[in-house]
Amino acid sequence: MSRKLLLDKANVQGIRTYDVYRREGGYASVEKALKMTPDQVTEEVKKSGLRGRGGAGFPTGLKWSFLAKPEGVPRHLVCNADESEPGTFKDRYLMEFLPHLLIEGLIVSSYALGSKVTYIYIRGEYAWIPEILETAIAEARANGWLGKNILGTGFDCEIYVHTGAGAYICGEETALLESLEGKRGNPRIKPPFPAVKGVWDRPTVVNNVETLAAIVPIMNIGGEEYVKIGVGKSTGTKLISACGNINKPGVYEIDMTISVEEFIYSDEYCGGIPNGKRLKACIPGGSSVPILPANLLLKTVKGEKRLMNYESLSDGGFAKGSMLGSGGFIVLDEDQCVVRNTLTLARFYRHESCGQCSPCREGTGWMEKILRNIDTGKGKKSDIDLLWDIQRKIEGNTICPLGDAAAWPIAAAIRHFRDEFEWHVDNPQECLVRNYGLAHYADPLEVVAPA
Amino acid sequence: MIKFSEEKLKKVGEIITRYPEGKQKSAIIPVLHMAQDEFGGWLSAESMDYVATLLQLEPIEVYEVATFYSMFNLKPVGRYVFEVCQTGPCMVRGCDDIIDYIKKKLNIAVGETTPDGLFTLKTVECLGACGYAPMMQLGKYFRENLTPEKVDSIIEECRQKAATNN
Repeated sequence: MSRKLLLDKANVQGIRTYDVYRREGGYASVEKALKMTPDQVTEEVKKSGLRGRGGAGFPTGLKWSFLAKPEGVPRHLVCNADESEPGTFKDRYLMEFLPHLLIEGLIVSSYALGSKVTYIYIRGEYAWIPEILETAIAEARANGWLGKNILGTGFDCEIYVHTGAGAYICGEETALLESLEGKRGNPRIKPPFPAVKGVWDRPTVVNNVETLAAIVPIMNIGGEEYVKIGVGKSTGTKLISACGNINKPGVYEIDMTISVEEFIYSDEYCGGIPNGKRLKACIPGGSSVPILPANLLLKTVKGEKRLMNYESLSDGGFAKGSMLGSGGFIVLDEDQCVVRNTLTLARFYRHESCGQCSPCREGTGWMEKILRNIDTGKGKKSDIDLLWDIQRKIEGNTICPLGDAAAWPIAAAIRHFRDEFEWHVDNPQECLVRNYGLAHYADPLEVVAPA
Repeated sequence: MIKFSEEKLKKVGEIITRYPEGKQKSAIIPVLHMAQDEFGGWLSAESMDYVATLLQLEPIEVYEVATFYSMFNLKPVGRYVFEVCQTGPCMVRGCDDIIDYIKKKLNIAVGETTPDGLFTLKTVECLGACGYAPMMQLGKYFRENLTPEKVDSIIEECRQKAATNN
């Protein structure tokens, strides 16, 4: 059983309320942190090896140390709660059931960064959650954890919840800052980075909900202890939101030493695939990361068990690996059509492209159209190469990573499931009434059997 | 002439104080949400102009924002808007069948409103409920693990609510 640092108290009755949360040891990390200097807190986070949990996996302590601190200019911490990556619903779980954990993490982080006004930017569709967070903030304030002169240390801090209104792109940090300023969510050209010029041109750090919640156990057990959980550069625990064709969808906390196979099949986690169906493919880290067929998913290139962590999931690069990403774990069984699945993702990225950069604005629309043609039996063989060509021309040619995020799922689907695309083109009638099925994807790595 | 109640105006004032002085533009999205809720579930030009006046902005600054974000309805919608997610994870769990079922049941296409003005069907992209798919947003809340039976009872629930509120 994985050690739990974030969700260990999730099932305690009434943990959403301040009294119960405090009784269970809540806010101890604030007491500890405020006795240290802000730089010591940052140092502890650096020691922990914590990596951003939003998807990019950038070391949090390092990100914090980049924050510019010019004299007389206010700095801000902004919590990115714009969780919209298909397959990802872990932050929602944290905010809904453990709101005080996030608030506690925000207070410690605000102290480390010197943010006197901190914002939680939450996606508009999570419309019932701001109330939960605002109640927690009010409770924390009433008990002296927020406001002026916290614990008599002279540190002032306020936290405000800011709602978005339906835009995946606002999860990109500069688009989020634009949106927080009351503008369209168009990502900014970097540099300058938010650490130097963020919201209202002030130095700003943007961190994911789970990242900021993880600050609490890091302060409580210490950075060195945190490193011991997990493996290599995948320290601590990670929330995985599991969905798709599994028996037990939901949010799980893992310590990143378990294997992908165990995660899918053990009763502690996903509980296997319903109706005795076989595993076809998996998108292990949110819709933007490459889809992997079963044979590549369960084993690394060297033939070792693939583990649920940053390094192991990306072993083999994009040719034979994927990414841990945001932890949105989407399982597809043998009855799923990769072409149609890829089509829904292409439609998603077309819908969410902000329209600033031509390769993304135009390319995502073209990819959706071509995929729709293939899916409905109107495709040509050359369409598959055309799709490949378009995604290549989007990747790396846009201001923000949405272009890459739109290109990767298409590239991986063609790379690993080209025969399924070809089958659609060759069997325009049949593909309307049945799916291609499992073919050879569940076979061991070396064996390539005919479809 | 549309106008927020005194209570709502107080709320707008409170929202503006969350941002630095002179940065009241930041309040656009929260205040547009309030306007949409208050003035019929959608944003007319009049509503947007009103928000611009409240925040001392040019109307174009508000239009720019309202047209970017998918949660803002720029034309009238029914009293109950079924926003059914259609992205990958929901598709895998059968959202296409649910969308077809709602279409037949209400006899409308995606994007349309029933003649009685009660229901609008919209398809939306990932709402962050992938583990509880298929799902839809109805007002403030999510309705998850949808089945045809559940859809029936949601429709019934809305009809009853509408009947008692009239």
